[in-house]
Amino acid sequence: MKFTVTTREGEARDVEARDGLSLMQNIRNSGIEELHAICGGSLSCATCHVYVERVPAGVALPEKSRDERDLLEASDFLEDNSRLSCQLTCRPELDGLRVTIAPED
Amino acid sequence: MSATNAATRYDALIIGAGHAGAQAAISLRQVGFAGTIGLIGDEPVAPYERPALSKEYLAGDKSFDQLLIRPDEFWTENSVELVSGERAVGVDPSAKTVTFESGAIVGYGSLVWATGGVPRRIPVPGGDLEGVLAIRSKADCDRLIEALPSIRNVVVIGGGFIGLESAAVLRARGATVTVVEALDRVLARVTAEPVSRFFENEHRAHGVELLLGVGIDSIEGDDASVTGVRLSDGRVLPADRVIVGIGIVPAIEPLIAAGAEVTPHATGVLIDELCRTSLADVYCVGDCSVLRNGPGMRIESRQNAHELATTAAKAITGITDPLVLVPWFWSHQYDLRLQTIGLNVGYDQTVLRGTPEERSFSLIYLKEGEVIALDCINATKDYVQGRRLVERRARVEPNVLADTDTALKDIAAAH
Ligand SMILES: Cc1cc2nc3c(=O)[nH]c(=O)nc-3n(C[C@H](O)[C@H](O)[C@H](O)COP(=O)(O)OP(=O)(O)OC[C@H]3O[C@@H](n4cnc5c(N)ncnc54)[C@H](O)[C@@H]3O)c2cc1C
Ligand code: FES
Repeated sequence: MKFTVTTREGEARDVEARDGLSLMQNIRNSGIEELHAICGGSLSCATCHVYVERVPAGVALPEKSRDERDLLEASDFLEDNSRLSCQLTCRPELDGLRVTIAPED
Repeated sequence: MSATNAATRYDALIIGAGHAGAQAAISLRQVGFAGTIGLIGDEPVAPYERPALSKEYLAGDKSFDQLLIRPDEFWTENSVELVSGERAVGVDPSAKTVTFESGAIVGYGSLVWATGGVPRRIPVPGGDLEGVLAIRSKADCDRLIEALPSIRNVVVIGGGFIGLESAAVLRARGATVTVVEALDRVLARVTAEPVSRFFENEHRAHGVELLLGVGIDSIEGDDASVTGVRLSDGRVLPADRVIVGIGIVPAIEPLIAAGAEVTPHATGVLIDELCRTSLADVYCVGDCSVLRNGPGMRIESRQNAHELATTAAKAITGITDPLVLVPWFWSHQYDLRLQTIGLNVGYDQTVLRGTPEERSFSLIYLKEGEVIALDCINATKDYVQGRRLVERRARVEPNVLADTDTALKDIAAAH
């Protein structure tokens, strides 16, 4: 799948993702280092916060777990479309996903 | 890099390609370091997420590919020369070179020592028998995974995080698991009693046999492999595999020999707030370092490795951004998620927030009336909101902290 990620500086980049890896891993692997993801996807840091701007038609993202909600609620930059990118797995149906990296807390 | 090529030199040479080493290389490029970077480690594989070894990797829930800190091509794309399978054995701080077991000698402008530690071996007869394993590296873990189909009885020596996490996974995979802990409770070095007792109950409920306050006399085996563990009380536990999780010894001999200042018992290399050692242009980060003006102990966590590596990378690039230590840590066992914020060293009071029976609670540590740390079990909200209390060392009455009807963020706002 391909997705588009907008950095904090407003630069939009198209990324060819590896399916099966998380969105967080794919963003980092594309060379965007501003997503710190300090806990490496263990749902303990919330430094992988993104806004999901567009989900392909007919596809629903998995619901947030309670832990994901609790972590996100601690952010000063929480929005309705906030997600922790380590909790989303890249898969073919998500082709065309658009996300923006949230400001650093 | 080869033994004959003595002319190799990197502007930044990083020894140890684990969390801290990988992050140092990543951060160097991120802050605009323009020189050459060598990242040299003794493991045969690229840097990976070590915490997953005793969790998702052992459980079979994640493949090694998913554990890579960066994909292989990342290193070349970012002009980081990653060399695997080379072990550093000496440092010459005046010639500014590092010698490797292979005979290679590599020069440096700045050196970042990021070697973590090796698992402590158990000093009893039979401690080096085939089948006595540690879980520190992928290779360790693979040896255990390979044996899984054929093993029934596993004895875990040490009731620390790695021992308990492995016990949980092995139980779930059907093994009979006994955990032997020399102290009178599990996790004794890192948490207070209520948290220890909670985890003990959980493990027992999952069918793990826990033996507390018991020492190890010897490990028994036949020609081929380990067969059992003889306890200090004379009992012998049958064992197809023994997992030893009793901590690490920092891998710092070459730096000690080079004259770097270390802690009194050589538990780590002393560093300042910019991760500089006492040797010029030599930095030390991650598990093998001890902050000079800090709590006086190693902090073995992914976050600490990350933050120290970033601080060192900045310092090397001329950016002074001293460390501010607010450690955090996590552990997963069964469906339990422990998250810790702060360091409880020297606490004189604890406050229980919530009820362990509901499997969601926090233990708050106070020192002279100030909040210094929290252990949060299935209580992510407390973990994220409690951070402010720890950062400010807030002074809060225990009964206020214990009141689960008031969110910690509201308590933090009022203090
Ligand atoms: C099983 C397990 C579970 C863990 N779980 C958690 C957790 O849930 N949360 C958490 O925060 N932390 C956890 N940790 C701790 C965390 O993984 C470490 O704190 C972190 O890896 C430290 O990074 P480091 O780079 O200092 O050391 P390491 O990651 O150990 O890297 C050091 C590297 O240097 C290499 N090396 C050593 N000596 C030499 C030499 N002479 N020459 C060349 N290379 C050398 C080593 O082989 C290794 O590859 C866990 C650790 C383990 C082992
Ligand atoms: S990487 Fe830490 S919560 Fe996503």
